[in-house]
Amino acid sequence: MLQALSYDLAHLIGATVLMAGFGLLYQRRLFAVLNTFSFQALALAAAAAWQAHVQHAPHLYFTAGIALVFKAMIVPFALHWLVERLGIHRTVETALSIGWTMIIGVALVALSILLVLPVTAKAAALTRESLALAMSVVLLGMLMMITRRNAVTQVVGFMALENGLILAAVSAKGMPLVVEISVAFSVLVAMTLFGIFFFRIRERFDSLDLNYIETFRGDRQ
Amino acid sequence: MRRAQPGGWAPMLIAAALLALPLLSLFAIFAGRKDATHGVVYAGAFLCSVALISAGLEHLGNHWGPPALVLPFGLPWLSAHFRVDNLSALFLLIVNVPAAAASAFAVGYSHHLPERRRVTPFYPMFLFGMNAVLVADDAFVFLVAWEFMSLASWLMVLADHRSSVNRKAAMVYLTMAVFGTFCLLPAFGLLAGGGGDYTFASMRLHSLGPLAGALVVLLALMGAGSKAGLVPLHAWLPLAHPAAPSHVSALMSGVMTKVALYGLIRILFDLHGHVGWQWGAAMMVVGGISAVMGVLYAVMQDDVKTLLAYSTVENVGIVVIGLGLAIAFKDDGEKSLAALALVAGLYHMINHAVFKSLLFLGAGSVIAATGQRSLAALGGLLKRMPWTGAAFLMGAAAISALPPLNGFVSEWLVLQSLFKGPAVPHWAMKFGVPVVGALFALAAALAGTCFVRCFGIGFLGRPRSVEAAEATDVTFGMRWSMAALAGLCVVLGAIPVRITDALSVVVQPLIGTGFAVSSDLGWPFLSPVSNTRGSYSGTVLVMVGLSLFGIAIALVHRLGTRATRAADSWDCGTPEDNPATQYTGQSFAQPLRRSFGATIFRARESVVMPQPGDDSPARHKATMIDPIWTGLYERLARVVDAVAERVNRMQYLTVRRYLLMMFCTLVFLLLVVAVRQQQ
Amino acid sequence: MTAILWQLVQVVLALATAPLVTGYVRFVKARLNGRRGPSVLQPYRDLYRLVQKEAVVAHSASWIFHAAPYVVFASAWLAACLIPTFTTNIFLAPAADLIALVALLAVGRFWLALAGMDVGTAFGGIGASREMLIASLAEPAMLMVTFSLSLVSGTTQPAQIIAFVLGGNVGIEVSLGLALAAMVMVAIAENGRIPIDNPSTHLELTMVHEAMVLEYSGRHLAMIEAAAMVKLTLYMALIACLFAPWGMAQPGADFPAIAIGMASFMLKLFVLASGLALFETAIAKMRVFRYADFLGGALLLGLLATIFLYVSEAV
Repeated sequence: MLQALSYDLAHLIGATVLMAGFGLLYQRRLFAVLNTFSFQALALAAAAAWQAHVQHAPHLYFTAGIALVFKAMIVPFALHWLVERLGIHRTVETALSIGWTMIIGVALVALSILLVLPVTAKAAALTRESLALAMSVVLLGMLMMITRRNAVTQVVGFMALENGLILAAVSAKGMPLVVEISVAFSVLVAMTLFGIFFFRIRERFDSLDLNYIETFRGDRQ
Repeated sequence: MRRAQPGGWAPMLIAAALLALPLLSLFAIFAGRKDATHGVVYAGAFLCSVALISAGLEHLGNHWGPPALVLPFGLPWLSAHFRVDNLSALFLLIVNVPAAAASAFAVGYSHHLPERRRVTPFYPMFLFGMNAVLVADDAFVFLVAWEFMSLASWLMVLADHRSSVNRKAAMVYLTMAVFGTFCLLPAFGLLAGGGGDYTFASMRLHSLGPLAGALVVLLALMGAGSKAGLVPLHAWLPLAHPAAPSHVSALMSGVMTKVALYGLIRILFDLHGHVGWQWGAAMMVVGGISAVMGVLYAVMQDDVKTLLAYSTVENVGIVVIGLGLAIAFKDDGEKSLAALALVAGLYHMINHAVFKSLLFLGAGSVIAATGQRSLAALGGLLKRMPWTGAAFLMGAAAISALPPLNGFVSEWLVLQSLFKGPAVPHWAMKFGVPVVGALFALAAALAGTCFVRCFGIGFLGRPRSVEAAEATDVTFGMRWSMAALAGLCVVLGAIPVRITDALSVVVQPLIGTGFAVSSDLGWPFLSPVSNTRGSYSGTVLVMVGLSLFGIAIALVHRLGTRATRAADSWDCGTPEDNPATQYTGQSFAQPLRRSFGATIFRARESVVMPQPGDDSPARHKATMIDPIWTGLYERLARVVDAVAERVNRMQYLTVRRYLLMMFCTLVFLLLVVAVRQQQ
Repeated sequence: MTAILWQLVQVVLALATAPLVTGYVRFVKARLNGRRGPSVLQPYRDLYRLVQKEAVVAHSASWIFHAAPYVVFASAWLAACLIPTFTTNIFLAPAADLIALVALLAVGRFWLALAGMDVGTAFGGIGASREMLIASLAEPAMLMVTFSLSLVSGTTQPAQIIAFVLGGNVGIEVSLGLALAAMVMVAIAENGRIPIDNPSTHLELTMVHEAMVLEYSGRHLAMIEAAAMVKLTLYMALIACLFAPWGMAQPGADFPAIAIGMASFMLKLFVLASGLALFETAIAKMRVFRYADFLGGALLLGLLATIFLYVSEAV
């Protein structure tokens, strides 16, 4: 009974991550997207922490910590600051209307369920549900990347995709190197972010020289 | 004439009616000049319909074994076979009750038709065609009657031929009707096999190979489906139904589509018998899409009759969802669930025939009183035409599936069978049924919106045109035919258990088991399968609801005052008497147009504001396209045109080229013979 | 016999507690806004005051205008009588299942929209058109929630669903969580609360429900207000009974169980009303053209809830 409860709770937290993924697709304002992403990372941290408790795998607490500190706090804050500073457009530009994006999202969830069910026919229902949830989050992250025109939202989509992979990794019992994978992905994301913004800065100001850029600050005119 | 079995009065009544109808047509042609002829012809059609109704009731009531009748007409080696079984008897009722109402309506309505001499002669033929399809027992009679039905209605669509819109409608209708028969012919051919015996009895015994079986289902769906109005073969419906006079539209929409569905049921459930669940799933999806697309189109329409025609597409979609479920359940051996789904589909057919005819007759009354068809010119008619308004309200409430009327009961049954859909162990069904359920629910909710709009803009508010402001209610016969149909809506909703019992008898030979209503709770409660599964009682709800209604009125009048004062409506301080300031049909549909129409119909709106100081009016433009028409039909037409262009060159060949063609054909045929001889 | 007794108790209870719930929600909202707010019993006084007043009817109104308030009220009250609140042993339980309940509420909405259009002003049209847009998406979402519940418990009757859940056959299901989220969104939309509609707005262009009833006054307005209050209580009772049925008395229960049922029902209403007030204070109203996104989201959540049942092998 207690085991059933623990599995149910794990699935509930996983479902929260998935709902946050849908929430990412639903938002029209950039700041709301960033807040939703923080929430998704929080849910991911909770999922990792719960799995650490249930599987008696203390190294997963590190994953939870990374998700909490890096993804729920630092990255959204940094993106928030960058959006304000560079005056990036604050409405999300979509390639497909939000209604249709959500419908495709539901179809992708159905697809991942359909895929997972026969493949894991012998495995327990709990693994199936976690896998289906994680795969849905990955697919939704990909969907976000392809249906958004804005660089910031595409990066957020990429990070959401990565959240899905981490979710799958923590849900599978005894998966090695989870922490290392988390760190590696986080570094990759940070590099991507920096890359995009340096590109934008250079595009806007024709130079990456900070001295030159600082002359554009309003109070120096 | 040989009689196979005694069957009471039913066969005699049917034969008499079917003989009388063509005679009425002839009478109308020859005596058309006199005014009284039209009344006489319609009264005669009414009597024939009543005779057919009695025949149907008698057959269903007495459960006679199907009496068969063989007539010495037909193809040289084949006589014409007729047969009445439970399914035919039910459909005789479905066809003739609205037909009787429409005929009674037309006695008064035909005076408002300037082209009535082109309508009256073909009306009895139309009824004849529809009824003959129902009692046909071989493919020949079936198709000949089908063609009579199509051609008679086509001629009536073309009655007001001076309008180019009507001519286009007739052209599209004829093309689609020919297409339909073109699909049904090979379907019957495949069903009969090579034997040359085209009677339905032999088709039942003939077993089909997998490819032939699949082809039959596909052809039947395309042929009967196009006549019924399934997307994407529905395009003729919203053109042809409005073009015909209203009593004819009522029958085309309410009844002819049911005859098409009869053909579908006859082929899929009776003659073919072993349709795979995949076809059931496909039918469900097509039905779901038809339902949603039909009602979305309907919500955008201003012309009342086009709106009603699109709404027919929606309801046919709902019926086909039920039929598809029945096929899927039957193929998986879930016979009681199949019976539930098929009963739901049949019940919805009955209900739709009744309330759609009612709505069309109401629209006919409005057109007779005002001469206007567009919602943009109507308004305030409820106070000027109280009877028509009340009848139309009843029809609108029934079609919006509001309890305790009949529309709700059949949609409830369809939903109950959908909820059981995941019992089928195929993943396509398990995932497809919730999606189809969502589509069905969406269509049902949008139908309510559509008819709130239609009734609210058309009958409520203030009149938007002089004709609407001066309308008077219609004559006695027209009122009572509408009232009868409205009463039937109430009755069909109040006694669902009786109806499902009767339908169980119909369903039994098609599925293999009857449909059981749990009797634990007694006759007022409709509880299919079991009373813990889900139950509904319209009668109880109405009784309790009315008592609560009475208590509310009593409470209010006891605690408060009954005083009422008439005053002007709230105008924010700027009195404006112009009825153009109220909501129009397009205004009402705007949120829906923006939400749903932006992608599906590419709906765009633009407002052109004049410059300051310029006193020309602001202009609002809303554009939409019909995606199925431009995407499918126009494309097909272009392809056909291109091919025809190429082939046209064969008209201008030289004599030598023609001789060359003939020579090549001859050589080719001789080659074929030679090769086959070798084998 | 007891079934009839409890049914009568429920009929009175539904009507009697409805204004209290609305009053409490307004009270909490006022306090959260830093105001003192009206007394919790104020809606009772409002209704009494309204029925004392003369009803002013526009010249262009027809009989629909006169009949609609009573039809709307009767349908809402009837629907409230059908939902198990403190016990599942009510006489009318077999007369309607969840689908019929949804349709009964649709009857009220149909008449209200027609009443809005009856007088022929633009405001009535605004209200009716927006209300029907909301309905055309909220109703399917509610039906999908019913679908998931019926797949889980095998029935569409609320009393049987409660019996199934109380029988311990259901754990914490993701699907039920999704269905609950969808249902809450539908409840907000159907009752015209923020973020869909502001029940206390005075600007006609932001109105949905209020615009339809703009012409009503006196006892007619009292009926419609009462209907809105009953509807709010009804939805809260529905959420409580379907997703948190613990404490409810089953058939054959004795008096202490009934008392516990009543107490738990009041507690659930209290919690849901507080939650609603908190939620309304925290969020702003959304634009009309975003309703489709919001409610479409609810519909898709309902669909997801159904699909998820397959993966968790609950079907």
